[in-house]
Amino acid sequence: MATYLIKRLLQGIIVLLAVSFVCFIIFRYTGDPVLMLAGKYATQQEREQVRVAYGLDRPMHVQYLSFIGGALKGNFGKSYLSSVDALDMILERMPATIELATTAICISFILGVGLGVVVSVWPTGVVARAIMAGSIFGISIPTFLIGILLVMVFSVYLDWLPSFGRGETVQIGPWRTGLLTLDGWKHIVLPALTLSGYQLAVLLRLTRAGMREVLSEEYIKTAWAKGLSPFKVIIKHALRNVLIPVVTIAGLSFGELIAFSIVTETIFQWPGMGNLLLTSIFETDQPVIVTYIMLAALIILTINILVDLMYALLNPRIRYE
Amino acid sequence: MSRIFQSQRFRNYLRDPSALIGSIILMIFFFCALFAPLLAPMDPYDLTAVDLGNFLLPPGWMDGSVASFPLGTDDQGRGILSTILYGLRTSLIVGFSVVAISSVVGIVMGMLAAYYGGFLDAVVMRLADTVFAFSTTLLAVLLLGVFETRGIATVIFAICIADWVKYARTIRGSVLEIKDNAYVVAARSSGAGDFRILFRHILPNALPPIFVVMAVDLAVVIMLEATLSFLGVGVPLTEPSIGMMIAIGKNYIYAGMWWLTLFPGATLILLVVAINLFSDWLRDELNPKLARQT
Repeated sequence: MATYLIKRLLQGIIVLLAVSFVCFIIFRYTGDPVLMLAGKYATQQEREQVRVAYGLDRPMHVQYLSFIGGALKGNFGKSYLSSVDALDMILERMPATIELATTAICISFILGVGLGVVVSVWPTGVVARAIMAGSIFGISIPTFLIGILLVMVFSVYLDWLPSFGRGETVQIGPWRTGLLTLDGWKHIVLPALTLSGYQLAVLLRLTRAGMREVLSEEYIKTAWAKGLSPFKVIIKHALRNVLIPVVTIAGLSFGELIAFSIVTETIFQWPGMGNLLLTSIFETDQPVIVTYIMLAALIILTINILVDLMYALLNPRIRYE
Repeated sequence: MSRIFQSQRFRNYLRDPSALIGSIILMIFFFCALFAPLLAPMDPYDLTAVDLGNFLLPPGWMDGSVASFPLGTDDQGRGILSTILYGLRTSLIVGFSVVAISSVVGIVMGMLAAYYGGFLDAVVMRLADTVFAFSTTLLAVLLLGVFETRGIATVIFAICIADWVKYARTIRGSVLEIKDNAYVVAARSSGAGDFRILFRHILPNALPPIFVVMAVDLAVVIMLEATLSFLGVGVPLTEPSIGMMIAIGKNYIYAGMWWLTLFPGATLILLVVAINLFSDWLRDELNPKLARQT
């Protein structure tokens, strides 16, 4: 187990180094950083001064090493636009994204697994057919369209829920939360539903497939024969075994969640990291883009390793050599 | 030709209503995209044909509509119907190009990785793991965010970089299963070279699962292109795209002008559902073991 963990960590570090190299190339060779730092109207001499001041005249490998050194200390440089530390800018936006993503995960888990169980226990009913048809639509409608359709129905037509921003927020230490006010909850409903849409359909289908397989196994028949209550058989005996692969796949698709959070935040003007990334792309604010990429890589790799470990803990039959 | 029509597979196809409906819708869309310049009432990307005075006209059956714009117009006076027809072209061009390029790249990489194993396999599979962890969507957004040129080709390129791993993983699995089969060993002992073994003996037997991946991927890529263009990192403003139409329409939904988003949105959903119906049938047909399981 320990050797496996070390192997995974080493692999993770190699991947991070590769990502950092790509980032460095982006940073250095797309868009002229000198032009961005010195301004469009700088004279040749001023440009030269900037080049020396920021160390852009040094050989490439020296620049890369200092980039890595800075990255390790969390220093990715300042935003070209606002001259604020790029990492600080992103960290400030992080709570909004985390709250949105967590709410979305909860929705897709509760609804996806719940409906998946319903469909597998009563597979032939009208309800099951309706749910399955709905799930086909769920994977056939891109996230951004789900968002737009929700806005059209619940914000424009029915005028029930807001479709813009986070609403009223409360500052607790470094964390600005929208989950302590009613207004904040109203604002999070539509974006969270949008973000959960895709994963909900996938989880539903996985749960259904797993349950159908498990429910026909011998130990489930034994459980029924023992006279256990349906709740105990379905939830404690069957669902527990189905959940292991479901949780794993949900964890491994975390990159997708980050990607779709960019889309969702754009539609609802949610002030999170994804929204910041897109603005930075349009303004070619390279330091912010690079910081975002590094941070996303770090988060995704960490989650992947954690999922692998949890997999081993949940299922004692799996032993990593 | 007549062999195809008399085959069991073709009879199964005719008996499956969802496959039939799916492919009929697809055929109509292909036709529309191919003949868009002839079918469309106007060329929405020809500046001389567009009249700004016709902006935001409602669809044909509503008050204030103009007969030459059956589905209304957008904020620049482009007919929605014409823009959808042209946008459909972009969707299908991007979809088919990405599937073609990344399947070839993925198949070659995956086959070589599985056949030769060792270091090459490790590198290809770690690369695939990383790309997979980032997810196709995130990678495509990030790549397009830093690329300096914009255009349909750039979009295709970016999606391909993120997309080929699906094929590499699928084909690798099949090749690993096949490569120690007796007929491969027989081919090798009768003097066939690696190239011949890989492409004449192994590949044809490893292809069926790839066809299913291709069909599913086509839908995924079309949705991805729309998403990228919706975000504003996809095709440039001068090219037609269903995703971008929806992004423009989004600004007008509060004004009650639903036709700017709903018509292109419905087209996209219909296209993706049609592809998914067809790929469901293909999966059942090529892999009877999986039939009707999910």
